[in-house]
Amino acid sequence: MKPSAFEYHRVRSVDEAVSLLTRLGGDAKLLAGGQSLVGMMNFRLARPSALIDISLVDALNYITSNEEGLRIGALTSHRAVERLDDPVASERFSVLPRSAHWIGHYAIRSVGTFGGSIAHADPAAEWCMLALLLDAEVVAVGPQGERVVPIGDFFTGFLQTDLAEDEMLTEVRIRTAWPHAALHEFSRRHGDFAIVAAAAAVQMSGDHCTDARIVIGGVDSTVIRVADAESVLTGATINAEAIGEAAAAAARAVDPPEDLNGSAAYRRHLTEVLVRRALDEAIAHGE
Amino acid sequence: MKDIHDIEITINGERRAVTVESRRTLADVLRHDLGLTGTHLGCEHGVCGACTVLVDGLPARSCLMFGVQADGREVETVEGLGTPENLNTLQQAFMTEHGLQCGFCTPGFLMLLTALLRENPNPSDDEIRDVVASNICRCTGYAGILRAARLAADSDAIAT
Repeated sequence: MKPSAFEYHRVRSVDEAVSLLTRLGGDAKLLAGGQSLVGMMNFRLARPSALIDISLVDALNYITSNEEGLRIGALTSHRAVERLDDPVASERFSVLPRSAHWIGHYAIRSVGTFGGSIAHADPAAEWCMLALLLDAEVVAVGPQGERVVPIGDFFTGFLQTDLAEDEMLTEVRIRTAWPHAALHEFSRRHGDFAIVAAAAAVQMSGDHCTDARIVIGGVDSTVIRVADAESVLTGATINAEAIGEAAAAAARAVDPPEDLNGSAAYRRHLTEVLVRRALDEAIAHGE
Repeated sequence: MKDIHDIEITINGERRAVTVESRRTLADVLRHDLGLTGTHLGCEHGVCGACTVLVDGLPARSCLMFGVQADGREVETVEGLGTPENLNTLQQAFMTEHGLQCGFCTPGFLMLLTALLRENPNPSDDEIRDVVASNICRCTGYAGILRAARLAADSDAIAT
């Protein structure tokens, strides 16, 4: 349970981090909160040749909101999102602070970072699900400068993203307010990774749904949107029947894996139950 | 080739200089290089919480952090709380309420609850329960730990 040897570099700016990433090559990894990476290194599931410690790049620790939406700096801790007290942001994007308690535990949330979670791209990670749910954009900086990646193009496979080897995630942007949104999950022990997690967001006009997003975690190699469930809701009058139909459509659409934590059928069952719970809370919230 | 760094960590208010290999976790630096064996290691992958310390005032699992990352930062360990002759309020509450049996997990719980009570000196029972779920204790069944945290919070004299 000890990591293999690596070179350690501490940087204070994005420019320094990117130039080191470029110089050290593909075996170098960025170290932010380290709450996933260091555990994987202790198991030697990850053996980077070098770590570039960005945890003290203070310029990336912020949450700002204005009429263009919400911006979260990559090094903002989970705990800072959980304690978000900006009145505008916490009304329009309240699903972020409301969902943070599902992430690990107090110590993990104090150290782990929002950007680190997105870049790690775990298929059951709450921030990855909510980024997809809320149509986020990811800002990546590389030697050629900055580019903005729509979240739908960002997660490319299990723990894989669209980031190039010499690129660094610096910010996540969410433009559209989704006051009616919620996330629910199930795990055997609170704070463990979810066996299945579901997030739902709806735009409402009276009791009429004008747009919907359903995202499931833990059933595929990445977090996924379920168009079949969204289309049940969009344009419909929202009542218990519509919610039940959407949940059933989500359960039919997913193709979950089997492992020690549960069979595919069990995960499909959880998908239906959790989509229903997420929709119930999403619709009730902000009424 | 070993990647060696000369670092300085302020531990329990005292500046300590130490030479470490970068792959050495903060927990191992504390225990092996600095002789502070009050920090215990259970799982070494961030699940059990036995190795919880405070880094710049925030609770952190010292098995998920490298010692070299603590260079120039402040670390607090269980040795910085009370002494055997003069336990602090939280430690005394653990004794009074039987918040430990074998004691292996206790330093982690003490540091975790120190962080909670500094941030929120008057937590609800639910908040205490949620935070205590961070760490694993295989002896007590947690009831004594919850009572100890409640007693410490109610005595409103959490030592810092």
